[in-house]
Amino acid sequence: MNETITKEHLTEEQIDQDLLKNVNWGGKSKVWLSFLTISLIICLYYYYQQLQNGLGVTGLHDYVSWGIYISNFVFFVATSLIGMLISSVLGLMNVSWVKPLARIAELVAVAFAMVAGLIIITDMGRPDRLLNVFIHGRVQSPIVWDIAVVVTYVAISTLLLYIPMLPDIALCRDKLKDVPKWQQKMYKILALGWSGNAKQFKIMNNYTRILLILIIPIALSIHTVTSWLFAMTLRSGWDSPIFGPYFVSGAFVAGCAAVIIAMYFFQKNYKLKDYITVDHFDRMGRLLVLVALVYVYFNINEIIVPGYKANTADAKHVHEMLYGHESLMFWLVQLGGLVIPFLLILFKPMRKPLPLMLISIVILAGAWFKRVLIVVPTQLAPYYPIQNEPEHWTSYSPTVPEIAITAASFILVLLIMTVLAKLFPVIPIWEVKEELNHNKK
Amino acid sequence: MANKNDKSRRKFLQSLGLAGASAVAGSALLLQGCSESNTASGNKVKVLTADNKLVEVDVAHLKPGDKIQDLKYLQKRGREGIPGKKFVMVVDLAKCKNARKCMKACQSAHQLKPEMHHLNVLEMEDPVRDTSYWMPKTCQHCDNPPCVSVCPVDATFKRQDGIVLIDNERCIGCRFCVAACPYSARTFNWTEPKNSEKFAEVTYDMELNVPQKKGTVTKCAFSADQVREGKLPYCVSACPNGVYYFGDQNEDLVTNGTTKKTVRLSQLLDDNAAYTLMPELGTKPSVYYLPPRESEE
Repeated sequence: MNETITKEHLTEEQIDQDLLKNVNWGGKSKVWLSFLTISLIICLYYYYQQLQNGLGVTGLHDYVSWGIYISNFVFFVATSLIGMLISSVLGLMNVSWVKPLARIAELVAVAFAMVAGLIIITDMGRPDRLLNVFIHGRVQSPIVWDIAVVVTYVAISTLLLYIPMLPDIALCRDKLKDVPKWQQKMYKILALGWSGNAKQFKIMNNYTRILLILIIPIALSIHTVTSWLFAMTLRSGWDSPIFGPYFVSGAFVAGCAAVIIAMYFFQKNYKLKDYITVDHFDRMGRLLVLVALVYVYFNINEIIVPGYKANTADAKHVHEMLYGHESLMFWLVQLGGLVIPFLLILFKPMRKPLPLMLISIVILAGAWFKRVLIVVPTQLAPYYPIQNEPEHWTSYSPTVPEIAITAASFILVLLIMTVLAKLFPVIPIWEVKEELNHNKK
Repeated sequence: MANKNDKSRRKFLQSLGLAGASAVAGSALLLQGCSESNTASGNKVKVLTADNKLVEVDVAHLKPGDKIQDLKYLQKRGREGIPGKKFVMVVDLAKCKNARKCMKACQSAHQLKPEMHHLNVLEMEDPVRDTSYWMPKTCQHCDNPPCVSVCPVDATFKRQDGIVLIDNERCIGCRFCVAACPYSARTFNWTEPKNSEKFAEVTYDMELNVPQKKGTVTKCAFSADQVREGKLPYCVSACPNGVYYFGDQNEDLVTNGTTKKTVRLSQLLDDNAAYTLMPELGTKPSVYYLPPRESEE
């Protein structure tokens, strides 16, 4: 029925053993976690500096007042959307090959969405007044909508990670005897007394289904609302009615790339060749081509329509991109980070794990810089000229603290994903077994 | 300090046995430093207290001109604005010679660093005549302000008298208003503001937006503090060239800051083919521009 899952030679005991063995705190993972923690602390020192001296430690100024923090926020929200596409859209359509990947996609979703919320705080001039948003929040402001949907998305994604994991948590509780005491206790509490009877499975499946349906509009909302932070303004380059779908389609490109990278490293480090197969990479590569094509289509619309109309401010913005000030970055991102990679993936050898992972890294980097291209150039072309200002206010280059604080967000994502993958099996064990039994029949 | 004042005021009022209950705004004479002195002159005046009560007190007990120091009162007054007014500005571009006295007066009143502008005099290209002209650009105090719509915490708001202000006690520094303003009228305190130590003890008055605070947005306030006292804005009275008119649209009168001549607003706008900046955006500015033309002199 399905060549992706060719585990007829595996027994249930073997599956348990293979997939539970990554749940430990072995030497290698300790080194990796310490490395992440130390890097994070170094980066956080720069955030301390920013708290002391104000946002003046960044390269931001009155004309580019949103820089790489906001670009990075958009990127993180975008990447987190993949959880919805893989576990929900494909899951509800009964696409069975994604089942072993669903948990990795949810890990990516939860980690990126959580950290996106933190990135917004690093961009605030007065983070000490964060509570004002709840005390004085106004429904007219897209920021308030954004906070509402991001928080909801994090909550539902966490549940979507947790609830289908109940049988596996129970398995950890029953089988893992040499883990620390607190961890055993944690499994016991989190398993909610799971015993694996039919009634429990029925309840779990019902809840999961509700969440899978709920997550679709919410995921669409988070990125649409994020695009509205720009589209709701009167600035040329942002003032675009297709920004919502344009952002959502771009989100799937970044997300697919992130999942492929995560798949690769989990497969290598946890020795999961039998579970994350070459065929999985091949199919993820095809999915990536599909979403990249949709994104290219939106890019063409976003460029050609305003670019055709000469003399408007929007056209000026497009011309800046195509052959003006921003053209080098624009073509690097569009060709190098999107078009050439997806053309390469059309060839089967490029969908092998290693080349696909490398191409995905290029795509992910392109996706990041694409967000900078969306956020920054518009602000450098205001309706009224930039005059009587310091020389450097006519351009924007991020400073070391700004880059370090941005790096901290990536480190935090890796940290969250690593810790979760060390506490729980990254492949849904019970679903693999179910599939196996199903195929045997 | 505010509490002490409150108490002494209450005691004083009780001893006089006067307490009206009517909500009238207006007078800038405030029952601030009134003393416990018993010598009365016999001349009574009506004044408005911080809790909006109209009371009659002896003039000997008043120290006129003392700025009130109660933050709560200043915040309330700043948000409400002046009833019955609709402030407008008219900028005569034909008269501007880039003297920049307006910018200087503005920056010194609002404690701004040299790169921060509530008011910026720009050199604009005139593509038709292939010349350039000087254009002072302030906040346009739009009647449909995009900055106010996007503010997540109601830190920036539009008052009944048309002035758009910012409360830097509430601003979270997200800079959405900066991004949303098509006129680039707003500026941000990226670092510790100028003279922040000197002004540390001063009570914040949002009508002047001083003291400035690190991590908050600041903007042109149409000199709401001056306007409250019936004076012209700092920039308007500093101009040596008669560029600025300021006044009340409801009265249909504006006063030139240099000549102090008061003229009919509607006639000034009609006679000179006045326009607003980027009317197509639908922001409905309160600042009108009279087009640059060959100098009349």
